[in-house]
Amino acid sequence: MAINKVVSGPEEATRGIGDGMTVMFGGFGLCGIPEHAIAAIRKRGTRDLTCVSNNAGVDGFGLGVLLENKQVKKMISSYVGENDEFERQMLSGELDVELIPQGTLAERCRAAGAGIPAFFTPAGYGTEVAIGKEVRWFEGKPHLLEHAFDASFAFVKAMKGDTAGNLIFNATARNFNHAMAMAGKITVAEVEELVPVGELDPNEIHTPGIFIQRIFQGDNFEKRIEQRTVRSKA
Amino acid sequence: MALDKNGIAQRIAQELRDGYYVNLGIGIPTLVANYIPGGIDVEFQSENGMLGMGPFPFEGEEDPDLINAGKQTITAVPGAVYFDSSTSFAMIRGQHVDLTVLGAMEVSDQGDIANWKIPGHMVKGMGGAMDLVASAKNIIVAMMHTNKAGESKLLRQCTLPLTGVRCVTRVVSNLAVLDITERGFKLIECAPGVSVDDVKNATEGRLIVDGAIPEMKL
Repeated sequence: MAINKVVSGPEEATRGIGDGMTVMFGGFGLCGIPEHAIAAIRKRGTRDLTCVSNNAGVDGFGLGVLLENKQVKKMISSYVGENDEFERQMLSGELDVELIPQGTLAERCRAAGAGIPAFFTPAGYGTEVAIGKEVRWFEGKPHLLEHAFDASFAFVKAMKGDTAGNLIFNATARNFNHAMAMAGKITVAEVEELVPVGELDPNEIHTPGIFIQRIFQGDNFEKRIEQRTVRSKA
Repeated sequence: MALDKNGIAQRIAQELRDGYYVNLGIGIPTLVANYIPGGIDVEFQSENGMLGMGPFPFEGEEDPDLINAGKQTITAVPGAVYFDSSTSFAMIRGQHVDLTVLGAMEVSDQGDIANWKIPGHMVKGMGGAMDLVASAKNIIVAMMHTNKAGESKLLRQCTLPLTGVRCVTRVVSNLAVLDITERGFKLIECAPGVSVDDVKNATEGRLIVDGAIPEMKL
């Protein structure tokens, strides 16, 4: 029998999250973010979180709802600031922000899940990102030593999942969700559609359920669009 | 006549070759996709996790799950593929992407690039730019030759915080095409109606002018 990872909903799924923890959130911009987990953490009122997320949401949505409730102590991201409250807290010094290259962010997640404590990457050599980091030359090129993240929880979002935690993503909503799912000590997946084991084709699964500890089906995903760009039919 | 942004994109599009995988940055680079030469096939990589990026969707057909690295809604062309962020940067770091086109605030004559941070201004972050410039083997910078005050952005040394060092291979500006060489910017072409002296006057970094310089053909 497959192991059953199903929890009742976002409240149970976020049980155990505590003040001061390092927590990962999948998504790119507002695309593929775990919106129900974020809402549940807001309700819990957990404080002083270090959040690893490519972006920091917008005012009133995504991680913006944790920022405006002053639950975040530090953001580790590659691109931020589409968010007035974020900017205010950063400039006033209430919020600590660590900006790191996007590929390094992704690899620090993947490495954490893959049992690789550290790795060398060329990204950021010769820039302020390199300050204080060990440099080694390989094949004639300088590289920086970067460390895997250590996150108590990872919150990810998928289009479909089964009760064993196997996940399938839609389009570019996969983004950081896969590597973060690997990285979390406890990984919580919220899905648009939860199905019994056996319904997903094993060939089509993107993230194996071994990386997932809790899964639930979220109601009414808002899936807000950040930059609506269209062309005319003319 | 100096080129406008579309002219710069049009000239860069001439660098595309059949079979290229290409990553286009935000701003002028995005416009390159409008000028793909006839008879060649290229595929656009978006570092948030897709190959085979298509044009913007028609109104009413936007999908919140389908965006580019600038977070804009887009479409996928036949043969497109989606993947996760760590795989995406494996493509970039592993030099599987043939051409990267980026904007810049400053470029030095050794190929250093600054395009992510202005001290004293709100810093938004480097996104994927540092990974791209550190690893790509072919980096073309699309930029204006001077700033609004008329000061050169092609410099002996960058003054702004760097994105990467010794990485740019070619610059296409509103005035000229220049290659980065051991001895500085090598003038390859001038924009239509732009003289070698115009380029000299607008370039603070070392400039090499070797023989007669052809006019850009658009």
